[in-house]
This record gives sequence, C-alpha cells and structure tokens, in this order.
Amino acid sequence: MSRDKILAALRQNQPEKVALPTTLSFERDVNLNLAEKFKAMAEGIGSKVYMVAGFGEIGPVIGMDFPSEKRIVSTVPELVSAAIPAFVLDADPHTYEDVDVAIFKPRIAVAENSALWITEDRMGVRALPFITQHIVMLVDIALLVPDMHAAYEKIGSADYGFSTFIAGPSKTADIEQSLVLGAHGPRSMTIFMYS
Amino acid sequence: MDGATQTHPELSEIFNKDEERVDWHDETLWWIRQKRDKSAHSIPEWEQLRETASQIKNNVLSDLSAYLVSFEEKALANGIIVHWAADAAEHNRIVHGILKENGIQQMVKSKSMLTEECHLNEYLEQQGLDVIDSDLGERIVQLAKEPPSHIVLPCIHKKKEEIGDLFHIHLGVPAGTSDPQILTETARQHLRETFLTRRAALTGVNFAIAETGEFVVCTNEGNADMGAHLADVHIASMGIEKIIPERRHLGVFLRLLTRSATGQPITTYSSHFKKPRPGQQMHIVIVDNGRTIQMGREDFRNSLKCIRCGACMNTCPVYRRSGGHSYHNAISGPIGAILAPNLDMKKYADLPFASTLCGSCSNVCPVKIDIHQQLYKWRQVIVKEGYADSTKKIGMQLMTFTLSSPAVYRTAGKAGRWFLKHVPFAVNNKFNPWYKQRDMPEAPAESFGEWYKKNVKKS
Amino acid sequence: MRVGLFIPCYVDQFYPNAGIATYQLLRKLGVDVTYPTGQTCCGQPMANSGFEHLTKDCNNLFIDNFAEFDYIVSPSGSCTLHIKDHLHSEEAEEKATGIRHKIYELVEFLVDILKVKDLHARFPHKVGLHQSCHGQRGLFLTQMTELVAPYFSKPQQLLSQVEGLELIALSREDECCGFGGTFCVVEEAVSVKMGKDRVKDHLTHGAEYITGADMSCLMHMEGILKRENSGVKVLHIAEILNAE
Repeated sequence: MSRDKILAALRQNQPEKVALPTTLSFERDVNLNLAEKFKAMAEGIGSKVYMVAGFGEIGPVIGMDFPSEKRIVSTVPELVSAAIPAFVLDADPHTYEDVDVAIFKPRIAVAENSALWITEDRMGVRALPFITQHIVMLVDIALLVPDMHAAYEKIGSADYGFSTFIAGPSKTADIEQSLVLGAHGPRSMTIFMYS
Repeated sequence: MDGATQTHPELSEIFNKDEERVDWHDETLWWIRQKRDKSAHSIPEWEQLRETASQIKNNVLSDLSAYLVSFEEKALANGIIVHWAADAAEHNRIVHGILKENGIQQMVKSKSMLTEECHLNEYLEQQGLDVIDSDLGERIVQLAKEPPSHIVLPCIHKKKEEIGDLFHIHLGVPAGTSDPQILTETARQHLRETFLTRRAALTGVNFAIAETGEFVVCTNEGNADMGAHLADVHIASMGIEKIIPERRHLGVFLRLLTRSATGQPITTYSSHFKKPRPGQQMHIVIVDNGRTIQMGREDFRNSLKCIRCGACMNTCPVYRRSGGHSYHNAISGPIGAILAPNLDMKKYADLPFASTLCGSCSNVCPVKIDIHQQLYKWRQVIVKEGYADSTKKIGMQLMTFTLSSPAVYRTAGKAGRWFLKHVPFAVNNKFNPWYKQRDMPEAPAESFGEWYKKNVKKS
Repeated sequence: MRVGLFIPCYVDQFYPNAGIATYQLLRKLGVDVTYPTGQTCCGQPMANSGFEHLTKDCNNLFIDNFAEFDYIVSPSGSCTLHIKDHLHSEEAEEKATGIRHKIYELVEFLVDILKVKDLHARFPHKVGLHQSCHGQRGLFLTQMTELVAPYFSKPQQLLSQVEGLELIALSREDECCGFGGTFCVVEEAVSVKMGKDRVKDHLTHGAEYITGADMSCLMHMEGILKRENSGVKVLHIAEILNAE
C-alpha cells in the first residue's frame, strides 16, 4: 500500500527532529491606525471603501452604486429592506449564478492587507461570495486586527467547514502583467466601515 | 515536454534569437522582482519572517511522517476521503478512478503544479476525459498546447497579440483583439459556463494543516473556489511536503507567499477547506513522486521546503533571459533545476549548470532554501554519476593536471600562452563560443609572475 | 603581519596590471606582502563544473604555498570565496581550515583589517561599479538588494576616498554579468545576453570606466565592450585605488 510505503520511506529518510520556533511574535508598530491602514490597503487593491456612521446610511449608497443590478441578496439581516432582499437558502448553488450583488458581514478585518475573514455560516452558501458579480462587505472597525498573526490568534481553534480570507475583487494579471479586475469571482468589492 | 532531447543551452539559444523578445521577457520579470522588493521592504520584520518560515519548514521535514498521519486522521474525521499515491501514475489513476466512479466525463481544474508534474491532463485525455484549466494563464497555455513556463505566471512568455490570436481561434473574439481587459472578460464568460456545468473540480493545495486536517488554496481569480463550490466532487492534489503543523503558522506563510511571488500583500482568496459541503464529496490525493527519495538526499532535502512562490525565477538573470520552457521540466527556474535531477538525473543533467551561481535566488527565497549551493552540489553529483559529457571531462582533466603543478603551469610559457592552449574559451575562431560574440583579452607582454620575478624578487 | 598574495591564474596570465596594482597598493599601505611563486589556481574552474573531486592536488599546492602566512589576500572575490567555502585536504585539514579563515579579498582586507580611511588616490573619471556576485553575496562586500537590511558597501567606501572619482548610479545595482566560469561557454547565448545587458546599464549611465573586485566579470564585460567597439574601459578596483 502506497500509504505505508511513503510513511516508511519518510521515517527512514527524514532528518533528526528539529524543534518548531517557540514564539511567533514579531515587532509591531503600536501607533498604527488600523482603520486608516486597512482603508489604504483596500483601496490600493481596487476596493471601494465608505466610512459610515451607522447601518442606516448603507442601504441608500448600495442603491446608488448598483442602480441597474437586478438580483441583490443580503446575508445580513439588519440590512434587509424592500430594495435589498434577504438571502434564501437553496441547496443547489447553481441557482445563485444570476446574483448581481451579495452582502456579507465578515468576522475579522486585517489591516496589513485588507483581507476579510468570513466563515461559511456567514456566506449563505459557499459559492455565493465567489459567484456574485459584485461583493459588499460590512466591516465593524472593532473587527480590525493589525496583521495575519493577530488574525489567526483570533481565529484560534474555531470550527468551520469552510472559511476564507477575501481581499478585494477577483483579479488577474496573467496577460502581460496588465492588472484586470473581475477574473472569475466578483468584479468589484465595496466595503462599508462602521463603528 | 516528455521526450524532449534539447538541452537548456540549446533551447536558450533558440530563445535568444529574438533579442527584443528576450528584453521584453527580462523586463517583465524584473518588474515583478521590483514589486517583490518594494513589498518586502515595507515589512521591517521581513528577514525574521523568512527565518521563522524556514524553521517551521525544517521542523516539518524532520517529522513529516507523523504530521502526515495526523493530517490524514483529522481530514478523515472531517469527512474528507484521503488517498495516497506513490508516483505520478498512481495519482493519475486515483483521479481517474474517482471520476469514473461518479460517472463524470468532464472536469474543471484550477492551478496545480503537481498535476503538471504528473501530466494529469494528458493522461485523462487519453482516457477520453475532458479537462479544462480555469486559471487564465493556464487556460491560455492549454489552448496553445504548451506547458506553463512559470509556476505562478503560466503564460508570462506570451504576448497579448498571441493570446488574442488563440482566443480568436478558440473562443471567437474578433481577429486582432489584444486588449487584456477584453481578453480576460472573454475568458470569464467562457469559463463561467464551464464552472456551471462541471460536476468535478480539481484544485491544488498551498498548505495542509496537520493539526486540523484542513487545506488552504490561494488564488487571485477565484477560480479554485468557483470550481470547488459548484461541483459535486472536489479533488485536491497535494505533494507530501505541503504540510504545515498548525493553523497559526499560516500567518507566517500567507504573509510571505504573495509578497515574494508578485509583491501583493495577500492573494484575493485564501480559502480554508475543512469539510465537504453537505452532499459533496471531497477527496485529497497525497503524492510522493520522488519526494521521499529527495528527503533521503541530505544535501538536497531542504528543496522540499519550497512553497512555490516563483520568486527565484523572477530574480534569476538566467531564467529571465532563457524563458521557462528552456528548462524542459514542469517546474522551471532555479528551484526546478534542483528538484528535477532527483526525478531523472540523466534527462535533467543540464539544469544545475544553467546558472552562474550568483546566489540571488537564495536571497529571495521566503523559506531560505540554499538554492545556489544546491546547484553547485548537484553539479558534483551529476559528474560523479557519469552524466557529464566526455569532452568536458577530458578538458577538465588536462586543466587539473596543469593547475596542479607549478612547473607545468610555468613551462607552459609566456603570459597567455597556457591559457590560449588549455582554457576552452581562449581560441580566436568561430568555433569558440567565447569569441562568437565577445573579444578575447589581449595577452600582455609579461605575466604577473614574470613581473614579480623581475621587479620584486631580485631586489 | 605577513601577507601572502594570491594572484588568480587568469589575472596572472591576462591582467598582470591588476596584480601589480594590488601588490603596490599593499606595499604603499605598509603591508609586508609576498607572492609565493609556486602558486597556480584555487581550483574553482574544475569545481564549479562539477569536478571538485579533481581539485585535490590543486588544494594541496595551495596549502603548501600559503599556510605559513598570517593573512592571504587576493584581488578576486570569486577565487577567495571558493577557497573559503571549499578548500579541504585529507593530508592537512588543519592548515586548510586555517587558510579558509585567514583569506581575504582585497577590498575586505583594506576595509576590515587595515581599516583604510584615507587612500591618497586620484582618478578623475566617471566610474561604474560592478558588484560581482561572489564578492557581494558570498563575501558580503556590499548589502544585497534582495534583503531587508541596512545598506553598506565596502568597495564604495574605498572608491569614495578617491579624489575626482564620480561613481555613477545603475538601474540594476547588483545583477550578475553572466560570466559564471565555464557558464560563459556552456551557456554562450544567455551569458552573452547577460553581459550585454550589464554593459548597457553602465553605458546608459555615462560610465567611462567599469570597475569591480573581480577581474573575471570585468574580462567578460571587456570582451563585449571591445566587440561593440566601445571606448569604455574596464579596470580592476586595485588599479583605481592605486592611481595617482
């Protein structure tokens, strides 16, 4: 059996045990303004960022930014309205292929790279954050952490079936290194930051 | 590229026939190297991060068997089906078996260098199955019937006009289209249809976590996720070396990976797959294909620390001026040149020599693989195992004879004469590869030794 | 302090002036320097081609010539690095180890051991400095652009002491010239292209001279300059530091 052959070969060939580094602590700039850094990084990779005072401001902006988009779904109950229907679960992910705008509330926001950590329970279905033409993220600034180390400290041993960091709209530079936003996932990302 | 008989020098010479294109290729990759520098320099703790990543990977190599067992156990508990493949052929058979069992004829695949290494596409096509690569660059080289020339930038060797021609033939864009925006949009439409209709998706694996049994796949395009979340069957192929011990170690590797690769702070998507979604099958194929042998080569085992960022290619002055295909191996560039001889020493005997040993590769490597030192060591192994060509061997023996004896060296005569006789690049004729495009140094009136004897020793 | 001067074979044969300048410069700085006449080569041409196992006699010869000195100094980063990394001997490993620790490339010897602060040299020209890879990445003569670490440059530190010398900036500070020992003939096409590109960087920035701590790289670039009928010359850094 290949499994046992591979494991036996490794036991034979791997070097003497070397210890893991004991700490993963790195120096941090304690004066860093996390919200500013996050916003700058997000805009730098093509996201649109709004700083808003409260949830009430968000709906109208979405209405203005996506005037002709037909299918909008919100996985965030606070943001459901006549214009923004709530996400309704369908076991077949293909049924979401015509979603134009999907709204989510991630769990962690990383300042150093503007990555947003979103677990499966906040996606509606796994495919939704990818299949939608445009993605909207609602980010409470209390979710901000400085870097990826802090993010994983916060994630800890949380259980999930699927989870992902998303940073900006999907993109590619495969053709002569020209950056094009909107590869296979969303064409745009809009972030609302609130406290 | 199986069965290729041409060597790196021969393929590079062909590549260099179009100097303008070489300049373009070099500048494009140098630009990426510069983006990498800028990004790295924005992280004051960069070198500490590299050191930490290197230490984590050293630990992984030293305990890989136990980590793999732990990973398997956790993955099984998470509901993932785990397969083990000793070599490329077994990997391909396993994938084929999964598809057959589910009655699937067509599969969508996101980027996986391992499946390139295993030549999975060719195998499945021979079995009558249809595979579509969904990464834009991979799709482009697939349409061109070429292997990728770079592990991160598969079609970096292609100009947009050539891609336009391919898309004209295969995807129906008007002739002469070369705007990357339009070409990308065309691929988006074409592949969206693919994602929606394929029941099986294969992805690579960037990191597999021994502690939790989850695996992480990084893409910018979202193609791995589009494939996996819409398919009934998700197959993830990984080399045994993709293991990292704990989830929190991802913090170190995800900070290094894309900054090293392209200068981006992180990929758009870093997806953590832990359990199949309800009703979905999730398979992991764990592949050896020579890696356990490499593990046994003390001088070369730490090449298995590689996280496939491609930084060594972008910085390599030889890669930039010879192109990925000149390495005639799935993994090109400096890292390819130290991995390939392990798979077939005869076939890849030329690769460790395709370097000036400048050392830039080792400096950019995020896990601190001593790439250029391994290139030097592979040269020794290849010569000892008898894979050096024989004219080189005779030349070297002559040279050694002379340089080992001051008497022979001196009696070889006046300045320059010994060199003109024995150094392979020291003849002024068109058969001399030095003289073809470079002038010879002029032989001076006297050597330093002669000058010293006259001017210092006597006084 | 007794210093043994190691002049690499191709410098001896083709570029005696670099050797002479090194010798004179060291003498000028008050160093007791001797050139052991039984020396030939460091063995690198064989070793880099994969024939390290043939360098046994060459290594022993090197040890015979140089073991007795307090320091060994050589105007070549590449040959110095080769000795530092690869000189071994079954018969005299202790001596080999001693040599590996006391061999210095000229620039590092001047900066780190002699701590030269004032050279009294004059060279009123625009000069491009080529960072040879083995000297830079192997001996750490200059900080490497790949690393996130404070900048320093030992050759630059010395060249800044030369009156009238204007050091030009390059687009690619530390790109390899493509010499690479036997690489230059085995991989002729890429080697030449690398050399042409390196030379071009110096020419576009107005260099009148290209200098560096390794004559082999300079020989490569000279071959290209001459073929292109350029008036730009190469000079070993010792020749500039010794110029009056």
